[in-house]
Amino acid sequence: MEFADQAVVARARSGDAEAFRVLVERHSRGLFRLAFRMTGNESDAEDVVQETLLRAYRQLSKFDERASFGTWLYRIATNYALDVMRSHARRREQPPPLDTAADPLLSAPSADPTPDRLALSAEVRDRVTEAMDELSAAERTAFVLRHFEGMGIEDVSRILGCQPSAAKHSIFRAVQKLRRALDPLASTAR
Amino acid sequence: MNHLSEEELVLHCYGEAGDAAPVDQHLKECESCRSVYASLQRTLNVVDGMPVPERGADYGDLVWQRIASFVPRRSRRFLTSPWRWAAAGAAFATLLVAAFLLGRWNPRPPVTMQLTADPEAQQRLLTLAVADYLSRSQVVLVELANANTNGAVDISPEQDRVENLLTENRLYRQSAMHMGDAAIAAVLDDLERVLLEIEHAPSRLSAVQMDELRRQLHEDGILFKIRVLDSTVRTRDEHKL
Repeated sequence: MEFADQAVVARARSGDAEAFRVLVERHSRGLFRLAFRMTGNESDAEDVVQETLLRAYRQLSKFDERASFGTWLYRIATNYALDVMRSHARRREQPPPLDTAADPLLSAPSADPTPDRLALSAEVRDRVTEAMDELSAAERTAFVLRHFEGMGIEDVSRILGCQPSAAKHSIFRAVQKLRRALDPLASTAR
Repeated sequence: MNHLSEEELVLHCYGEAGDAAPVDQHLKECESCRSVYASLQRTLNVVDGMPVPERGADYGDLVWQRIASFVPRRSRRFLTSPWRWAAAGAAFATLLVAAFLLGRWNPRPPVTMQLTADPEAQQRLLTLAVADYLSRSQVVLVELANANTNGAVDISPEQDRVENLLTENRLYRQSAMHMGDAAIAAVLDDLERVLLEIEHAPSRLSAVQMDELRRQLHEDGILFKIRVLDSTVRTRDEHKL
């Protein structure tokens, strides 16, 4: 019930903890997906979700009510996730292996049953994870926001605090690196 | 037209290239650029397979449990709102009436602290109170679901009633959890979320917002859950009598 976000935020700002609980319940899953795609690590993603919501609560008085609360939360999450990624820059962590049965990619029917999707194997998924890990923090963030979250270049640049041209370049560099790493596999999977 | 750069093709993929027509036209005519573009699309299709661990519908609730202790709870308007006092009074009165009825129906001699010592009596007390509470909640939700939507609708009278219902809900839900009645606690929990959404909605809703509210009520299936639980608790109580 997105129309109620503004009203709930107003209540939360007046100190209503139950109202803030509604916001937490509404946005946690989206934040987790964003955080996991950025950090590539489940426990880091959990940390980002938690810290983002606490920071949001502490900074509620600074939130401009005319803006989208969701976008504001994503900006806080992105900034914190970038800090986490930079602090982990020297040690690459592999995410724990996923339960195949719980993998939405493999279990959910796709509206676009391309051979690529159908042929995705555990090896391909590992390669995707590795290729994503090879991106710089800025490239990965810009790519995740554009590709997975569907944000426009302007929004991406606003969240990253850079010029649109720089955001555009980060997205291009990310896609270029991913293509170099994955195209041979993608071609075989066709 | 010269060959398209990889950057132009990436931007075209994301619909950020400005005028798409010349690019599409070039791709139709140029096999080399078409091949690079196809390669980009294949890559992005594969990236879509990046695994993300799923989080269940209760994830938000779990996150809240983790951070709730860091969020100071202020009893907003509790001490100043006459509605809250009225609601608390109504809930207490419901419990007293239920206790009185229970005392009359129960064939066993009265025992000091019987209400807290006898789990069966506690269960019946809760059942009576919850059945009454569910009926009143159902009336408010049905009124909202059937509200006229020819124009903007003022739902502030319903919001006042919802505020009272929320106060009672917490009392009954905590009692149900304490007594291990998971079925009642689960429906009351669902109902609390819906009531919170209504309480926090703007007091004047446009026709579109009313439709959205109705759709949400329908999707949550909360009215159905209430009817089922209401019927279950009444049947359960009749059997015990």
